[in-house]
Amino acid sequence: MNIHEYQSKAVLRSYGVTVPEGKPAFSVEEAVKNAAEIPGDVKVVKAQIHAGGRGKAGGVKLSHSPEEVRAYAQELLGKILVTKQTGPAGKQVNRLLIEAGSHIRKEYYLSFVIDRQTACVVMMGSEEGGMEIEQVAAETPEKIIKEYIDPAVGLLPFQASRMAYALHFPAECIRKAEKLMMCLYNAFVGEDCSLAEINPLVTTEEGDVVALDAKLNFDDSALFRHPEITELRDASEEDPKESAAAAAGLNYVNLGGDVACMVNGAGLAMATVDMIKFYGGEPANFLDVGGDSTPEKIATAFRIMLAGGQAKGIFVNIFGGINKCDLVAQGIVDAAKMVSEDGHSLPVPVVVRLEGTNVERGREILKETPIANVIMAPTMEGGAETIVNLVHAAEKQEG
Amino acid sequence: MGIFVGKETKVIVQGITGKAARFHTKQMIEYGTQIVAGVTPGKAGQEVEGVPVFNTVRDAKEATGANASVIFVPARFAADAIMEAADAELGVVVCISEHVPVLDMIKVRRYLEGKKTQLIGPNCPGILTVDEAKLGIIPGYIHRKGHVGVISRSGTLTYEATFQLTAAGIGQTTAIGIGGDPVKGTDFLDALKQFNDDPDTYAVLMIGEIGGNAEEDAAKWIAANMKKPVAAFIAGRQAPPGKRMGHAGAIIAGGKGTAADKIKALNAVGIEVADTVAQIGETVVRTLKKAGIYDACHTC
Repeated sequence: MNIHEYQSKAVLRSYGVTVPEGKPAFSVEEAVKNAAEIPGDVKVVKAQIHAGGRGKAGGVKLSHSPEEVRAYAQELLGKILVTKQTGPAGKQVNRLLIEAGSHIRKEYYLSFVIDRQTACVVMMGSEEGGMEIEQVAAETPEKIIKEYIDPAVGLLPFQASRMAYALHFPAECIRKAEKLMMCLYNAFVGEDCSLAEINPLVTTEEGDVVALDAKLNFDDSALFRHPEITELRDASEEDPKESAAAAAGLNYVNLGGDVACMVNGAGLAMATVDMIKFYGGEPANFLDVGGDSTPEKIATAFRIMLAGGQAKGIFVNIFGGINKCDLVAQGIVDAAKMVSEDGHSLPVPVVVRLEGTNVERGREILKETPIANVIMAPTMEGGAETIVNLVHAAEKQEG
Repeated sequence: MGIFVGKETKVIVQGITGKAARFHTKQMIEYGTQIVAGVTPGKAGQEVEGVPVFNTVRDAKEATGANASVIFVPARFAADAIMEAADAELGVVVCISEHVPVLDMIKVRRYLEGKKTQLIGPNCPGILTVDEAKLGIIPGYIHRKGHVGVISRSGTLTYEATFQLTAAGIGQTTAIGIGGDPVKGTDFLDALKQFNDDPDTYAVLMIGEIGGNAEEDAAKWIAANMKKPVAAFIAGRQAPPGKRMGHAGAIIAGGKGTAADKIKALNAVGIEVADTVAQIGETVVRTLKKAGIYDACHTC
């Protein structure tokens, strides 16, 4: 799960990380009011969206007067910001962060991530602050310093110290940099983060070490022990179809195309998406209905795939292992009744491939209850090819 | 033969009184697995499917001589269950539970260092040695005895692949689902080493997916050490960067962990990767023929 910068900074502040004084604003008036309450001559107006690269996209503005704050807030609120990370569609700005300006001396990069290979948390630092770390890793990997953290003892003071010296913090900032690292690590493990990234981390003219930006991602599997983090979820930042699916216990990722699929199991679902593309179709989604699919769940899956007219065809690919094919087939029949207007037809072609436990019974059920537009596929390959051809034919007809 | 588990494996089911655990305990027993004990704190003295229940893993092991366990407890208790099993010095521990917090698994991995326990999972379908034992939820009936080992990060893909192998007359030794989490126990390397040393296994099918670089590491190891032919499949060619594809570990992060990179690494060491999931069976058959062991592997 992701949260906004201003929320991340509030979490980090509670762990003792130094962040600029700031307040979120949801309207122009609130922006002007909050700016007046923040000390200093320069205020930063920052667009809050769940994507990086905001600065370069014009989402971060320096203002020197209440009038400027007003003008920038008016410009940014409601604007579609297109950054390197949002994709061409961009994201609408609905929230701002109004922050005190800092007198920056130098920018650094600091993060904590999970290292899969060593199965531990790793602290990464670089003097190339403000740059994307992927770019630094690709071009000048020697400029990234790493400290692997033993989970039995946590981040040790000597490791923070070694990082501070390796990044050449000025002498008067070494202790402050070390403290910030320790606090950031405590936040990472305390809140079950999957990423804690400060880019840039800065030293200021006043000799402070400040997290100028902050990005926290959280481990979804650990949210049960952080109800206060779960409350920070901003549904408007998420794909509405993905949110609806998550609420129904389905694993759905919108891929933008028009050939939808519904599969049991994440691996088979990924492989099915690949197969649709292999036969020349544009996959609409990844969708794993899981091992305990009830008719209600399958009906919800159909509704999500069909919403907004996105799916022009659906490929149902089920391998009944523990899942029994007859139950899935019954689920499809029931779902078609719930989704269709007349109770026995679906608006787009649905190709069904069933294999595995109780497959004969499953196929019989689909034969016994004819639903217009439902086609049985004898093989998985045949099914994928059929659905892609049907969607292409429909597109041709539409002209 | 086969790897990690077999006829001699004596299994404890942790969390045996739960609904899914009861169902699968029955299935595992029907497959011929020696399920000797169950553990649910506070339920000692009860029986599930004729299996005695104990309060702790240590009690269960002392009473039955168990040397393995399979874990069906809720995710929030899974790490503790794994460490309890390791503390009791069980040889193989299979954790089925999904959504175990990553930081819990990091602690578990540290705890397992220097211990003799081989952890499989979490978030995995388990392991099955054909006609000998199954620990987990892999459906037994799709398997036939033979000489191909199967390693996979995904449950249903394992079933799908095994089903295709059986349909093509290619039997298996052991099928092992290592799970879809970023931090886990057994990885491709551990299983490949075992298959390499198992006299009954003549070839291996490896099923990977996006995320991490375990497939790339495996490719390097295979090139240097593997005595047996390997065929592969990688899921997630169309996965967009930064999106988790169902499994917690199936994510392309910072441009790393793409299917293209993995396929390239495998091809570079002479491993054929099936173009689509439907072609896994025929890809294995081609690999076996190329190595001149198709007849020996055509067992069913």
